[in-house]
Amino acid sequence: MIGSHYVYWLTFALMMIGLYVVISHGNLIKKLIGLSLFQVAVFLFYISLGKVDGGTAPIITEGTQTYSHPLPHVLILTAIVVGVATLAVGLALVVRLFESYGSLEEDEILRRDTTDRDGVAS
Amino acid sequence: MTGQLPVLQVLLPLLGAPLCALLRSRVAAWLLFLLAALGSFGCAVLLAQRVATAGTQRYSVGGWTAPVGIEFVIDDFNTPVLLLVSLIATVVAVFSRRSLAAEVAAKRVPLVYACLCLVLAGMLGIAVTGDAFNAFVFLEIMSLASYALIAMGRRRRALLAAFRYLVVGSVGAVFVLIGIGLAYAVTGTLNMADLAQRLGGLHGNRALYAAVVFVFIGLAVKMAVFPLHAWLPDAYAQAPSAVSVLLSATATKVAIYALLRFAFTVFSATLVFGVMPIGRIGALLAVLAMLIGSAVACFQTDLKYLLAWSSIAQIGYIVAGISLATTAGVSAAYLHVINHAVTKAALFAAAGLLVLRLGSTRLDDLAGFGRRMPWTFAAVVVAGLGLVGVPPTAGFVSKWALATALLERGQWPVLAAMLVGSLLALVYVGRIVEVGWFREPSLVTVMNRPPVSMVAAIWFLVLLSVYFGLDPTLPSSLADAAAAALLSDGGE
Repeated sequence: MIGSHYVYWLTFALMMIGLYVVISHGNLIKKLIGLSLFQVAVFLFYISLGKVDGGTAPIITEGTQTYSHPLPHVLILTAIVVGVATLAVGLALVVRLFESYGSLEEDEILRRDTTDRDGVAS
Repeated sequence: MTGQLPVLQVLLPLLGAPLCALLRSRVAAWLLFLLAALGSFGCAVLLAQRVATAGTQRYSVGGWTAPVGIEFVIDDFNTPVLLLVSLIATVVAVFSRRSLAAEVAAKRVPLVYACLCLVLAGMLGIAVTGDAFNAFVFLEIMSLASYALIAMGRRRRALLAAFRYLVVGSVGAVFVLIGIGLAYAVTGTLNMADLAQRLGGLHGNRALYAAVVFVFIGLAVKMAVFPLHAWLPDAYAQAPSAVSVLLSATATKVAIYALLRFAFTVFSATLVFGVMPIGRIGALLAVLAMLIGSAVACFQTDLKYLLAWSSIAQIGYIVAGISLATTAGVSAAYLHVINHAVTKAALFAAAGLLVLRLGSTRLDDLAGFGRRMPWTFAAVVVAGLGLVGVPPTAGFVSKWALATALLERGQWPVLAAMLVGSLLALVYVGRIVEVGWFREPSLVTVMNRPPVSMVAAIWFLVLLSVYFGLDPTLPSSLADAAAAALLSDGGE
């Protein structure tokens, strides 16, 4: 079972590594790196779904009969755009958090927040 | 022209968003959002009439027929969501002009309206789409725009709230994506109707079980079901008031709609509630949400945090109805979705007016506000009684329906939790009344006149919730039709 499905094991392992980074790290940038890793693992999972044994890239050429399934690839193009947008919004928020609190560590940000609960966003 | 209505109502706000961002004029952006919301509401009303007379409407986007192309499906089940979301958006548009002007820097206001348009487009898109992957895309459009909106709050804590919501929300959305991928892997289709047909013969497949779990956990994050609720209080409390009104009334409700759609029409009730123990897990989480959400709400020191925690408890009531998986239960849950959306929108709108006039929603700063602002206070009390479920309000109607549905199945423990939750609701609403009426007004405040548009929006919502309590035929018939449509083609 592991032999024939090893790609799925690898992608799910990568997913869990990404998720673990999101949960375990207090640094906001590292959290975003973990989130990106998690998303990319899901993209790989979709792409591996489209693989057909012996198939080539889904472009019609002379002498080829078997093609990989193009639909998952197209779906993942959309999901990649969503992932880029998420990362962009996340980084923009981190920039403004750093400007407002002067720190990138979640613990430190929370500590500074409790000392001044009504701090205005810069 | 009328054949294009299903796509038109999503396109109007979607086109409004870049225009708002490009125009850079506050009035023009506000007008665009108002027109987009009104246009969507008009489309929703026309579509509801057509569904009532001619049955389910199907629209193939770009002329590509399903299951190859993306399909929009309008039936008895999603018309109430379309009406609710577009109506609340219209009210928020009226409310937002003065509220945003006071709370957000002038140069950012057009961008806020652009994001509001995107949130509206995303929510309507989730509601109309008949394609599982398309639902994910609309879910992300809605979520990304709402992260940006929450970050527009006045205090710097809003940024932290938005960042946390972004991390948790993205993980949730990716879970939905994994689930849809697994369902696609076992069936080879993304069209919801097609998925339902092919999944029927696949019960027992472990990839399918994993798909159900991933989709449900992902949507539970967006719904703020009890152990996954941590993002909600900060997000709702720190967002600008107009944004709180829109998100509290509709964002979690649209996720509930998506969950019901996946549970009953895609995966089928037999699989989700028969083979898998989702119903029992849902009931347990619902009980915890009702008790803990209400109890924590009692100890809040800020009105907006109090309302946000109360939302977590109210989601519990809705989940309790869904977990029964009976027509009565789903109908009661649906009714509570509508009634709670109207009631909570009224309360957050009133909180927005307090921010404008007193500059704070902290309970200490609200001391005696009822004596100075009797009308605002009256609105808070009437809507607050709706949260408790006192008879002539909408909250009573849906809680009664839920209690009947629970009794039908002999779910005494859930019913008991519901009663305790309602008593706790009486405590936290009582605290607002105590602070607002019985405490001496302590601070000297600038009593500027309340803007007519905001007062009109608040009282429209309050009177709507009272109307739904006195004459519940409209929401009840919508909810009954939705539940009947859902349980007839999905399960048994």
